[in-house]
Amino acid sequence: MTMLDPARALRGLLAVLALVAAFAFVACGETQDDEASSESGEAAPQSQSEGEADPAAPIKEGLKTVSIPKQLGNPYEEFEHSGVDEALEELGGSNRITGPTNASASSQISIINAAAQQKPDAIIIAGNDPDAVAPALKQAAQRGITIVAMDSGVAVDARKAFVLQVTTELIGQNQVESIAKQIGNKGEIAILSATANAPNQNAWIEVMKEELKKPDYKDIKLVKVAYGDDDDQKSFQETQGLIQAYPNLKGIISPTTVGVSAAARYLSTSPQKGKIKLTGLGFPSQMRKFVKDGTVEEFQLWVPKDVGYLAGQTAAALVSGRITGKEGEKFEAGRLGEYTIGVDGEIVLGPLTTFDEGNIDDFDF
Amino acid sequence: MQADTATPAASAMPPPASGPDGRDGATARLRSAAAGWEGLLVGLLLITLLIGAGLSPEFLTTDSFTTGSLDFSEVALMALPLALVIVAAEIDLSIASILALSSALMASLWNSGLPVELIIPICLVAGAACGAFNGLLVTRLGLPSLAVTIGTLALFRGLAYVIIGDESVTDFPQAWTDRAFGNFAGTFVPNTVVLLVLLAVAFGVLLHATPFGRAVYAIGANHEAAYFSGVRVKRITLALFVLSGTIAALAGIVISLRNSTAAANVGQGFELTAITAVLLGGVSIFGGRGTILGVLLALVLLGAIQKALLLSESISTYWIQIVTGALLVGSVLGPNLARRVTEARRRQSRQVPEEGGQ
Repeated sequence: MTMLDPARALRGLLAVLALVAAFAFVACGETQDDEASSESGEAAPQSQSEGEADPAAPIKEGLKTVSIPKQLGNPYEEFEHSGVDEALEELGGSNRITGPTNASASSQISIINAAAQQKPDAIIIAGNDPDAVAPALKQAAQRGITIVAMDSGVAVDARKAFVLQVTTELIGQNQVESIAKQIGNKGEIAILSATANAPNQNAWIEVMKEELKKPDYKDIKLVKVAYGDDDDQKSFQETQGLIQAYPNLKGIISPTTVGVSAAARYLSTSPQKGKIKLTGLGFPSQMRKFVKDGTVEEFQLWVPKDVGYLAGQTAAALVSGRITGKEGEKFEAGRLGEYTIGVDGEIVLGPLTTFDEGNIDDFDF
Repeated sequence: MQADTATPAASAMPPPASGPDGRDGATARLRSAAAGWEGLLVGLLLITLLIGAGLSPEFLTTDSFTTGSLDFSEVALMALPLALVIVAAEIDLSIASILALSSALMASLWNSGLPVELIIPICLVAGAACGAFNGLLVTRLGLPSLAVTIGTLALFRGLAYVIIGDESVTDFPQAWTDRAFGNFAGTFVPNTVVLLVLLAVAFGVLLHATPFGRAVYAIGANHEAAYFSGVRVKRITLALFVLSGTIAALAGIVISLRNSTAAANVGQGFELTAITAVLLGGVSIFGGRGTILGVLLALVLLGAIQKALLLSESISTYWIQIVTGALLVGSVLGPNLARRVTEARRRQSRQVPEEGGQ
């Protein structure tokens, strides 16, 4: 029950005053903010050299970057972003990893805004949704921050470069090839993906569908694309659901590390162990026991740390003016060697690696 | 807050089940506790501002305000009608799913070629219909709103996926997305905040200065007593759910335009943040108490805490969830403990056993 008594009215008034005070604080802060930004603007004018690339330019000293994964707590993302750390350390700079706690379309926006306020030299981001994050990234770019996307792209005009693991085509082709080989080019297969609007997943699935139209694969039928939302429990349940709904299922492709390990875990204790083939994109560390116990024959991946490492190197080269993001520019990316920028600022890391019983012990990520 | 809002139950109807005994004393104490709550929030807000300023030099800036308030726009919009629902001792857990349904509907209608000007009213009507569905199940079938809206939380989100599937629509006209994303007339105040303030005033007046608002308090304080005093309990409860649904749909439109992305997976978990804001704002989970001002203060506090944690270079974003959760528990626990202490004291001083609260 509300009522007007003097004490209450006073408190209400105080509350309003406090709000006004908060606004006043905010307004004072603005002036400081403007000063700070004009100073840093003077300090690093070369960072936004839109003109010619100078391959001999020195790497900017004390380079600071922020890298934003799709979601915290996803081991794949952690490996990837540890590569950014590695590249920046090697170049004498530093990287900070900060990200949202869920992988939905808009949850990265507040993270990007906060990162932009801290005015790093570059933001390296794996986008949850190419368009939702674009306005925030463009605002960051207006402050002179270089934007590099990696792994999962953002709108082309919202970033300078995009580092991708392999090409979309190669992933789709290699994954289909892997499952086809295992099921003898015949039978029903399903795909267990991550979130339904993850741009990378969807692009790969499109290629897989195209690939399956080839004459070699005419006896393979894709019966369902299921979404495990990169959530272990949901992926586990979706696997169970697929197997119950399609009793003739011969194989599952799960091009996500969370999905493939959840699917393998389900299969390893089910009667279909070894009968339903599973491939996908997985970590050797998570999949090792399933390869050894016969649940999984083979699976594939790139080395995620290298993706981050290349993105870190790319960001450093962009900030220092060695490249500008134009097609055809070449740059030296540390231990990975020379890379060339492709169409729309895309930089491709390299081919997929297949892991099986023979080589899995060679990889420790 | 006019004088005529004073003692609503007493002026509009007989006070619920009150006697000349200690009940009135108890409500007076509760009243002052509720008013003190807002002071507490202001204190917490000032502490947060100080700590935030210590964590990052970027904290007390207009940028923080602009981006921080944009992040909270939808939750804040939905918290307003939700405050009324909770004051009436009901709950609406389906708001974030109505938001998603509205976003999905928007995506689908845009794909089918309708202009945004037409899509907005359709989405609002759809939201009102969702709210009416909740409200009718609660009032006509007498089902508990907790159970009903847990059900519709899943139902409406499911419908959103049925409507638009896994697609997301991103090609809304820039004039509209700029309107949702932009600032008001060259200031640093986002348009969505202006919308929020207008609605907050409207809901404030509705709750604190109209017979409708007095009835909402009466229903929350004592459902049966309100009914027997002639308050149209069912009709008002239904109206509250319709309001809640409509504003949730509005929030769905805002988030879709603001992010230039309409999809069925938007706003997951927003209902929990909105409920946290309402309860932290001093609205009693048992109904009958709370103010819109308190809810607004709580929203500013939550927004400030989130921004401070985001800007801190060393604190993981997991802490946003942890702090939000702790505040939710604290805001329910705090007043409850205070009430128990007060009642225990009264019992001691009077040496008379009291019957429990409502």
